Order: sequence, then C-alpha cells, then structure tokens
Amino acid sequence: MITPVATRLATLAVLAAGCLALIGSESAANRQAGSKRIVVTYWEKWNGDEMQAMKKVVDGFNASQSKIEVRYLSISGIAEKTLLATSGGNPPDVAGLWSDQVVQFADADALTDLNGYAQKAGLTKDYYIPAYWNEMTYKGKLYAFPTSPGTSAIYVNRALMPPEYQTAETFPKTISEFETYVKKVSKKRSDGSMETAAFLPREGFGGGSWPFLFGGSYTRENRIDVNSEIDLKAWEWVHSFAKRFGVHETQAFRSGFGNYSSPQNPFLSGKLAAFMDGPWFSNYIRLYSPKTDWFVVPFPYPDGQPELKGYTVLNLNTLMIPRGAKHPDEAFEFVRYVQKQEVMEKLCTGQFCNSPLAKVSEKFLSEHPNKAIRIFDQLARSPRAVGPVKVGIWSQISQEVGNAVDVMDLDQLSPKAALDKAQLRLSEEWTKYQEQVLAK
Amino acid sequence: MDEVSGAGPRQMNSRRDQRVGILFALPWILGFTIFLAYPLLSSLYYSFTNFSILRSPRWIGLSNYKELMSDEVFHLSLKNTLTFAAASVPLATICAILLAMLLNTKSKGMAFYRTIFYIPSLVPMVALGVLWLWIFNGHYGLLNEGLSRIGLPTPPWLTDPAWSKWTLVIISIWGTGNAMVIYLAGLQDVPQSLYEAADIDGARAWGKTRHVTIPMISPVILFNVVMGIIGSLQTFALPYVMFPGGQPARSAYFFSMYLYDTAFQFQRMGYASAMGWVMFGITLGLTLLALKLSAKHVHYEGG
Repeated sequence: MITPVATRLATLAVLAAGCLALIGSESAANRQAGSKRIVVTYWEKWNGDEMQAMKKVVDGFNASQSKIEVRYLSISGIAEKTLLATSGGNPPDVAGLWSDQVVQFADADALTDLNGYAQKAGLTKDYYIPAYWNEMTYKGKLYAFPTSPGTSAIYVNRALMPPEYQTAETFPKTISEFETYVKKVSKKRSDGSMETAAFLPREGFGGGSWPFLFGGSYTRENRIDVNSEIDLKAWEWVHSFAKRFGVHETQAFRSGFGNYSSPQNPFLSGKLAAFMDGPWFSNYIRLYSPKTDWFVVPFPYPDGQPELKGYTVLNLNTLMIPRGAKHPDEAFEFVRYVQKQEVMEKLCTGQFCNSPLAKVSEKFLSEHPNKAIRIFDQLARSPRAVGPVKVGIWSQISQEVGNAVDVMDLDQLSPKAALDKAQLRLSEEWTKYQEQVLAK
Repeated sequence: MDEVSGAGPRQMNSRRDQRVGILFALPWILGFTIFLAYPLLSSLYYSFTNFSILRSPRWIGLSNYKELMSDEVFHLSLKNTLTFAAASVPLATICAILLAMLLNTKSKGMAFYRTIFYIPSLVPMVALGVLWLWIFNGHYGLLNEGLSRIGLPTPPWLTDPAWSKWTLVIISIWGTGNAMVIYLAGLQDVPQSLYEAADIDGARAWGKTRHVTIPMISPVILFNVVMGIIGSLQTFALPYVMFPGGQPARSAYFFSMYLYDTAFQFQRMGYASAMGWVMFGITLGLTLLALKLSAKHVHYEGG
C-alpha cells in the first residue's frame, strides 16, 4: 500500500529533480571558482599537445588578473554544438572555431561583431598579416580573432630524393620541372603496383584548392564558378596523377595509407616522397618518425606565370564570441590577452604554427620547433595566400568538388563532365542559400 | 461524512494511488514529452519550413519534400542505405542464429564463449571504426594479410567504390552479439519434448532445425529482423568515421550522413527534417512489409 510518506517522498524527488535541472552550470561553476571572479566559458576543439599549449595561455591569463576566470573546455563537434547552444540561448563566451566558419555563422547571425572592441583595444588591420585579417572579416564586420594559423608548403623526404633534388635550392620551381621530378622519383614494382609516389595532390593539407594555384577561384561576381577553364585545367592536372599511376594502382596504393597522425602516414612511412601540409606537421614527424630527414619548399608555380609564385593555402584557428554570450566584455579581455605578441608566439610555438601577427620576433623564428617556420611565415605574407572562399556554402563546395575529383579519378566521368555536374548542383545550392538565408 | 461527500475511503485511496502513480511516472512522462514527443512533432513542423537553426522557421509547404524528389544525392544515399540493409540484415541474422545455436550446446566453458561473443557489441562505434580502418588497411591490414596468405585477391577495401559498402556489411556481422543473446534466449525456450518427439520420429539434425527450432524461434527471428532493418537504415557512426564524406565517390554516403550534413554542416534544418520523415516512412513501410510477409511463417506459442 502507498502511504502518505511515500507520496511526500515522490513529490520531493520530483521537486529535487526539477531544482537540479534549474541550477545552471554557470552558477555551479562560479561556486567552484570559490571567488567573485566572473567565469568565462571557453569551448575549444583541441586536445593533446595543442590543448596543452592553449591551457598554458589560459592559465597565464587567469594568473594575470583577479576579475575573470577562463574555463577551457575541450569539445568535439565544436561548430555544431556552438551553433545549437547559440540557438538555445546558452552559448559559450568564447568559441574556438575555424576561420572557414566565419561567413556561414555570420550569415546565420550567430556571431558578435567585434569591431568596436577591436578599435578600443587598438587591434587593427595592420596588427595582423593581411591574409589572416581577411579571414576574420566579412561584409565590413570583424567576427573573429586569430589563435594559431597555418600555411601550406611541401615537406620533402631527403632520403627518397635523387642527388639533383636533395636541397630546397635545387628542388623544382615550376610545374613543368615538378612533372619531371614526379616521373623520376615515383617508383613502381615489377607487378605494376606503386612503391613510391613522388607526390599525390589530394593528400595532406590544401588538396581542395588547386584551381587557386593556376590563378582560378570557386566564385565569380557573386556566383559559384567551379567549372571555369582554369578550374578544369587545375583538376586535369590533379587527375593526371591518377592517370599516370593507373586508376586501380592508385586506389590500391592509397588503401595502404594509415592515419594522418600515425607512423603509417604515407609521408612518414616513405610511400610519399613529398607531402603538402602545414607547419604543425613537423610535430607529427617529431612524434612518429623523428629520423626522417626533411626540408620544406613552397609549391612550384605554373610555367611562364611568375606572378602566380608564392601560392599557399591558409588555415586559421580563431576565437569568436557567439551572439548571446553572457560575458562578452570579459570574453574579449581574454581574446585581447591572446593577441599580445609574446602570448601569441608562445601559443604558436607550442602548436608548431607560424604567427598570424604582422610583427614577429626573431626569437620566435629562430627558436621555433619547426625548422622551416620562416618559409611558412613568408608564405602567409604572400599575395598568393588563399583562404576558404567567402560564401556561406563553402562546405557544400568542398564536398561537391571533392566528389567531382573522386569521380574523375575513378574514371567514372571526364573532368569536364564531373565539374559541370558539380557546377549545376552548386548553382542550385547557392540560389537556395541566397533565397533562404541571405534574403532577410 | 463519507456519504455526504460521495467519496468512500476506497475511492479516496484509489485517487491517491493514482496521483502517486502519476508522480512516480512523472520523470518518465516529462522525459518522454520534452526529449521525444516535442522534438518529434517539432521536426514534423520544421519539415514544412525553411529553418536554419538561428532564424525563425518560415512556412514553405511541401517544397522540401518536392526538392527531395529531384535531389540526386538523396537518391544515391537512399540507394546506398537500402543496399547495405538488404545485404547486412540477412547476413547478420544468419550469423547470429548460427552462433546462438552453437552456444546453445551443452559444452564445457559455454558461459565464457557466450561472453566472448557478446563483448564486441559493447565496443563504442567510433572506436570500432578506427579499429576496422586498420583491419581493412590495404597494406598493413590483417584481413588482406590473411587473404594473401591463402592466395586470394586483396581488394582495396577503403578506396574502391565497389568494395566500400561490402566493407561495412562485413563489419555489421561483428555487432551480432545483441541479436545472438536474444536468439539464445529463444532457443532455450524451445520445449525439449518437441526434440524428443522428433527423435522418436527419426528426425535428423537438419530436420529438427528446420521443423522444430526455426518455427519455434520464428517470433524472435521476426523481432530481430525488424530491429535489424531499423538499425541498418540508421547506420551512421561507422561509415562517418571510416569513409568521411562517403568517399570514394559517395559510394559509402549513407542516408543518415546526408541528413547530418544537411542539418549541421549546411544548416538546412527544415530540409533535413523532411529527410528524416521520409526515412521514417520508409522504415515504417519496410517494417509493415516484414510483418505482413512473415505472417504465415511466424508461429506463436498458443497462438
């Protein structure tokens, strides 16, 4: 039989559950802080070495003053979670997103415009490398501040190079010289299977931006343009690798590649003689194949077009303040602290990256754990440094173009047909995006 | 007093019991309403809207559903998912039944084997994906190493569109532990007297399996097949980890991956909701079909 005591107990249990649900994480966090400090929640994507480097910065900020306490929280799927939390009215105060999300998030009204804060703090355009500043802004507004950035260059395994390619000075400078290099260095076994590839353009960082190498783009005058003549030329060049090595041979070869961050990474295991990646890759060499003798060179430029020299793909980790953040002023205090030259250099050293700041100390460059950091730094300053296209359907473009190149590399469609198909679909996507998102 | 109020002590007790019952059930009722019923009904509403998470949804009628009809990637992802389901459900069912029959024998150390065969279904999907990436690696993988030793061809499982879905079908057998346990319970429920009667009639092992075991566990088979259909149509974590973007050439791009990308990468919640409801319709249709087709072959005890 159920007694009145049981009734009361059940009522209490339900009330207690309700109360627990009502107690916000923020107030709990404040209690834990054991002081009157304002707690700034900071969501970040990193773990491992990168997280440790950022945590040192956070600790440094927390120790530098007594009013604010930044709480670092490592979050997987950070973009999706930030978006949903913003939608639910409970976003973090600071979100460590990638710069290629600036446009999509800004279009969705998910971000705080930081122009006012930046001007007050003196964090203006000339404080940053122009290409990175460009990544942080959209339609005249400033939506992000940088943390660690990257640029792409070629890592070369010296042990796999014939004498003529043993140094950065003698490594190919133009595409036609690079073609000769690919022929000389790539090796097949007697049964026709691949033993070593001199280079595979779709491996590593920046494998989706090849039209930019040849002076192309993915947009033209407010429309998507992935099948222009230059795009076609670029992807035909990429496809020439699969044709040269053989469709099935390339498939079989690539199926033996291990994870990026493992000793079985194709460059670290000696399957690829050269590999395009960012400055952070030297950390993986240090961890998984420390005996590899390597050097770094910028990517060669198209013959007869020296104006296209200095091509590199940009990448930028950022700090954004989502719309509706509870403590935007305090959040910006932390963001401003990270922008100090000595703090930024400490962070970028810890993450094996170059600095996004225009001014870089000689100490940073000379003591950096990546011995080729000067090349990455110079490339970031190149006018040919390209970042993600500034349209809100960048993820669709990456996915659709990636699929088109897959299809051509598998000989399912010609490069032209594959790109035309991608163009058709992306044009429709762009029209819908303009109607559904941009038309406010 | 009781007579005046019209409510006897029995009635009062009954009402109080009812209130207490509801109070005890309230956590579940609240959970169901907030976390299941509300999102479910919301998604139905959103499927008729243009909704990009941070803006208010705008009613667009059947536009999302009409767009789905001409969406090539939607059709491809659906085809991939149905192909996977058609191959993995029968294969996993046969494997689970065979395993359960093996584990139903009275041999020494059977509890140990049952545990061993069940353990794989406890491994988280993402960890499993990483593990299988190694097993199917064309160069370092255990599978190709084994195949080459017995002189069989070693396909590039992860990079050839002809093999990518089959890779996932093979992996689906790994997770048969759950179904196996249910089959095992079903097998242990088959009355021994039926086997004894079959023995007297001179039935052999296959005859007993076909005419006694299978009919007696047919409701369990139906249950597992229906659950298998539902589960395989929702496959997400493994292909998402093993074949990012469904590569190569979207050969492993499953329906749930497209739905996830549409909702969270492309921020088209309305369109993704419509996809979800189409999948719900397909799952419901296939489940009803399975129930209808099996009506004559499923035997319920006492039914």
